[in-house]
Amino acid sequence: MGEIKYTKDHEYIRVEGDVAVVGISDYAQSQLGDVVFVELPKLGKALSKGDEAAVVESVKAASEVYAPVSGEVTEINSGLEAQPGAINEDPEGTGWFMKVKLADPSELAGLMNEADYKAYLASIH
Amino acid sequence: MRYLPLTPDDRAGMLAKIGVDHIDALFADIPSDRLLKHLPTLPLHKGEIEVERVMGRMASRNVSASSVPFFVGAGAYKHHVPATVDHLIQRSEFLTSYTPYQPEIAQGTLQYLFEFQTQVAALTGMDVANASMYDGSTGCGEAVLMAHRITKRNKAVLSGGLHPHYADVVHTLSQMAEAECVTLAPDVSGREDILSQIDGTVSCVVVQTPDFFGNLRDLRAIADKCHANGALLIAVFTEVMSLGLITPPGEMGADIVVGEGQSIGNALNFGGPYVGLFATKSQYVRQMPGRLCGETVDADGTRGFVLTLSTREQHIRRDKATSNICTNSGLCTLAFTIHMSLLGQTGLKRVAEINHANAVMLADELDTIKGVSVLNQSFFNEFAVRLPGNASHSVEQLAARHIMAGVPVSRLLPDAGLDDVLLVANTEVNSDDDRKAFVEALKEIL
Amino acid sequence: MLNRQGRPTTPGEAAPSDHKTFTGNKALSQIEPLIFETGRLETTGVDYEAPKSFTSRLGGFERKSEIGLPGLSEPEAMRHYVRLSQKNYGIDTGLFPLGSCTMKHNPRVNEKIARMPGFSDVHPLQPVSTVQGALEVMHTLSHWLLELTGMDAVALSPKAGAHGELCGMMAIKAAIAAKGEAATRNVVLVPDSAHGTNPATAALIHFVVKPVPVREDGTVDPAVVASLAGPDTAAIMLTNPNTCGLFEKDVVAIADAIHAAGGYFYADGANFNAIVGKARPGDLGVDAMHINLHKTFSTPHGGGGPGAGPVVLSELLAPFAPVPFVRHTDDGMQLVESVDEAANHGAHAFGRMTAFHGQMGMYVRALSYMLSHGADGLRQASEDAVLNANYVRACLADLMSLPYGNRPCMHEVLFDDAWLKDTGVTTLDFAKAMIDEGYHPMTVYFPLVVHGAMLIEPTESESRASLDLFIATLRDLAMAVKRGETERFTGAPYHAPVRRMDETRAARSPVLKYTPPQPILQAAE
Repeated sequence: MGEIKYTKDHEYIRVEGDVAVVGISDYAQSQLGDVVFVELPKLGKALSKGDEAAVVESVKAASEVYAPVSGEVTEINSGLEAQPGAINEDPEGTGWFMKVKLADPSELAGLMNEADYKAYLASIH
Repeated sequence: MRYLPLTPDDRAGMLAKIGVDHIDALFADIPSDRLLKHLPTLPLHKGEIEVERVMGRMASRNVSASSVPFFVGAGAYKHHVPATVDHLIQRSEFLTSYTPYQPEIAQGTLQYLFEFQTQVAALTGMDVANASMYDGSTGCGEAVLMAHRITKRNKAVLSGGLHPHYADVVHTLSQMAEAECVTLAPDVSGREDILSQIDGTVSCVVVQTPDFFGNLRDLRAIADKCHANGALLIAVFTEVMSLGLITPPGEMGADIVVGEGQSIGNALNFGGPYVGLFATKSQYVRQMPGRLCGETVDADGTRGFVLTLSTREQHIRRDKATSNICTNSGLCTLAFTIHMSLLGQTGLKRVAEINHANAVMLADELDTIKGVSVLNQSFFNEFAVRLPGNASHSVEQLAARHIMAGVPVSRLLPDAGLDDVLLVANTEVNSDDDRKAFVEALKEIL
Repeated sequence: MLNRQGRPTTPGEAAPSDHKTFTGNKALSQIEPLIFETGRLETTGVDYEAPKSFTSRLGGFERKSEIGLPGLSEPEAMRHYVRLSQKNYGIDTGLFPLGSCTMKHNPRVNEKIARMPGFSDVHPLQPVSTVQGALEVMHTLSHWLLELTGMDAVALSPKAGAHGELCGMMAIKAAIAAKGEAATRNVVLVPDSAHGTNPATAALIHFVVKPVPVREDGTVDPAVVASLAGPDTAAIMLTNPNTCGLFEKDVVAIADAIHAAGGYFYADGANFNAIVGKARPGDLGVDAMHINLHKTFSTPHGGGGPGAGPVVLSELLAPFAPVPFVRHTDDGMQLVESVDEAANHGAHAFGRMTAFHGQMGMYVRALSYMLSHGADGLRQASEDAVLNANYVRACLADLMSLPYGNRPCMHEVLFDDAWLKDTGVTTLDFAKAMIDEGYHPMTVYFPLVVHGAMLIEPTESESRASLDLFIATLRDLAMAVKRGETERFTGAPYHAPVRRMDETRAARSPVLKYTPPQPILQAAE
C-alpha cells in the first residue's frame, strides 16, 4: 500500500504509482454518521484540484467531497451505491470512492501526512 | 383577553423573577426611537359574538356554491365531501400538530402521509409521490425546475391547453430562475402541434389532461418524442377526480405527474388552501422537491414511519436544496386521504362516472340551443361551449338569475380572441333540475 | 431502586414493552394497520346512485387498469383516523415549545368562521359581483397587516413562508432589473443563523448566496455587512428577531449599509410575533418581509400546513407586487388578475405566484384572530410571549448553558449543549426524554451557529402554572443528566407510541408507498 495523505476537508488520498485512491477519512465518516447515499463522478471525468467530485449523505447531513488532486477519474467504487455503509465500516478500505490518474504529482506536497492530520484533528477540537 | 392566560399578578411576579421592573426592559434591544409609543391605529379587542358578527357580515356578501345551480370549474371544482372528513381533520391532534420532525409522537401524521403517497402514486400510475405541494400551479413550477435539474437543460415547452394561471406561474418562475419557457397558443380544440417543438434543447414538455378546455389528450406520442430527445414529459391535471375514469398519465409515458388535489376532500375556499399532488418515476426520487415519508422500524422492531431523504431539503441542503418548500399542505393532504379512503377505487370510479354522465347530458342539451355549440371531441366533467355573444356578459346575466354558469375564457385569456367561449363544469352536486334550470335560463337570455 | 411494593421502577429494568398483550395494543395506545391492509377493493364508504345511461365522451381514454385502492365503510374510516390522531402530539395536548415555529393556541371560532358557506363554499372564478365579501376580507386583512408593519403594500397570494420569501425576492429581482442592474447585482447576503429557506430561496432564482458570519453576541455586525456589501449586492436576508431569539439591535445600521450599497433589505418575518404592536418593520428600514399567518396570527399548523405567507413591501418595491390584488373603488371591490391589467393601474407586477388568489381560508382565520385580539391584545400577546420566554430563561440559566450569556431574549430562548459535555447525553437524547415527560421537544440543532442548539418558544398561550411545571420538569431532567442517569435519555422515549426510529434504514432503502403482497395483486388483475 502506498502512502496516505489527507486534506483539511477530510478527504484522504492513497497513491499507488501514478494512480491515487480517494475517499473520506475515518473522522469524516464518524462526523457524518450512517452514510445513506453517495453520488460518484462519471468515469473519465477530468477533475481539477478542489472540484466537487462526489456527494456523500447521511440521514441528517450532506457533504461535498472535493478532489484533493487534479486528474482523470479512472475507476469508481460503484458498489457504494448499493452498500453505502462500507464508508462507515471501512472508510480507508472497501469504502473508497474513486481512483484518479494523477495529472500533477507535485500537488501531493501540499497535503498532510498521517501524523500532521492527527495533529490537525486535535487542533480543531 | 380570552386567549392570554397570564394575570397581571403573574406578569408582575415573573418580571420580578427575571429581575426587571418593566416589560419594556425586555425590549431594550429595539432602538428606543423605533419602539412604538402608542398602540397601532386599529380597533381594540372584541368578544366572540362581535367577531362572528363582523365576519358573518362579510360572508353574507358572497354567493355560496351550494345555494345556486353551479357550473364553475376551470381548475377548482365543487364536489360533495362526506361530513366524516371535516370532523376528522378538526381533531386537535391533527389540527394543532406540527410538521412531523419528532416521529415518535407524530405517527398519526406520518402514517396518513404514507397512505396519501400510496394513493397518489396509484391514481397517477406513477412509482412514487411526495407528501404534497402547496397546490397544482406551484407544483407545476417545481416540476419544471426538477426537469431542468435532471436534464441539465433549461427550456420548457408549455402546451396551449395548460391552465393559464399555471402557465403564468411557470413563466414567472422561469423568468426569475433565468430559464427559457415557450408557451403554445391557446388551443380550444386540443389539436395543437406540440411534437414539432421537441428537440435536443428541450428540457421538458408540459401538457395538461383533461386540458384547460376539457379535452382529453393523448400523451403517448409526446412522451415518445420527448424520450427520444432526452427530454421529460410533465403531465398536469387540475381535476383529480378524472383519474377515477381516464387512463392515468403514468400509463402514457409521463415522467412527472403533477396536479391539483382539491376535488377530493377539500372545499372551494375561494381558491385556497388546496393541495398539490406530485408523482414521478423511482429513478428521479432524489431530485424531487418537498417532503417524503418512508417506512422503517423503531428500536423494538415495530413498524413506523419517518420523514426521509431529507438531505434534498432546505433545512439541510440550504442553497443546494431541490426546493425552498417547508410548510406544505398537511391538513388538506389529510382531507384528501380520508375522502379517498372512504371512496376507495369503487366509490371513486362511481362518482367519476356520475360527473361524466352529468357533463355529457348538459353538453347534449346545450348543443341543441340555437347558436350554442360544444367545442370538445372528448371531455370528462368540463367542456367549452361557444355562445352567440360575449360569454362574460352571459355569465353576469345568469348570475343575476341565480345561476353560476361557468368561467368565461376571456377572464383568464383576455387576448386570445375567445370572448365568446365559456367553460362549463357539471359535477355530482348538481341535480337534474339544476341542469334544466341552466339550460332554460341560457335559452331565455340569448 | 425499589418502590414500596418492592417492584423495580427504573427504566430498563421494567421497560413497559416487556408486558405483552395478545393484540399488541397497550390500552389506549393501539396498533393501527394501514388502510391498504384492512380495506377491500369492492368497499366504499360513500353511497352514490348509478348514473342513468349515457354515451361516453371520453374519446377512448377510459381507464382500463385497476386503480388498486381499497375503500373503508364509514365506521371503519372514522375509527382508523381517530386512532391515528391518538398517536400525534398537538398544541391542545400540551406545551409545544418548538422554537421558531410559534405553536400558539388555535382559537376554534376561527375554524367556525372559515367554514361559513360564504367563505368556504365560494369559487375563485365566480363573477366578482358575487364575491364582494371575500374581497373585503382580503382588503381588510391587508389594512391590518400594513398598519402593524408600517409598510406600503402587501402581496397576499404566497402560500406559505418560503413562498413569501420567494415572492419578496422576486420583487427585489424585478426592481433591480427595472434599474438595468440585472447583470451586475446578483449577490444576496445571508447570515449563518438564517433559516434554511433563505439561502434555498435566493439560490432558486439564481442569486449567489454569500454567508455573513454572526458575531460573538449572536447578532449581525453592521460593519461586517458594510464590508461585504458593494455594487454586486442585491439584498440581505435578515431574520429579526433572529433565530437565536435576539433582536438585531443594529438593524437600522444594517439597513443603512445595505441601502448605501444600492441593495434591498429582505426581512424574514418568521419571528414577527415577538414585536407586533411594539415595533414596525417599516420603521426599521425593511423593504420586504413575509408574514407567516400560521405563526404570528395563529392559523393552525395542521401537521405541516397549509400556511400563508403574505409579503409586505416598501414604497420602492410596491409597484412590482405580483397579481392578483384587490382595489377598493367607488364601484366596490375589484380584483386585478393580469399583469396587463395591473399596468393599466400604473403597476409593474412581476408576474404570478399561484393559481387564483392565495389562501383565503387562512386570510379568514387570521383576520378573525386579529379582530379578536385588537390592537391592544396583539401587543399584549407579543409582550406575554417575550415574558414567558424570559421567565423560562431565568429559571433554567443556572442548570443549562446560554451561548450568549444570561441576557434578555425575545419570544424564544436558545440554549446550547455545553452543559451536556462529557455526560454521554446529547441534545437529541434530552429532547427524546422530554417526550416521555409528556412534552413536545423544543427545536433542536437549529440554529446551526451554536453547538447542539435547543431553542425554546413557549408562546403567550401558556399560563404561569403550566410554565412552572415545564420548568420543574426540565430542571429534574437536567439534574438527572448531572447525576449520570444516562439510560433515561439514551433509550428514550420509552412511553411514546413507538421507540426511536431507524432513520438510516428508511433512507438507505426507501419504502415510500405500500406494496400489496402477491395474492392481493393477483386478485386485482
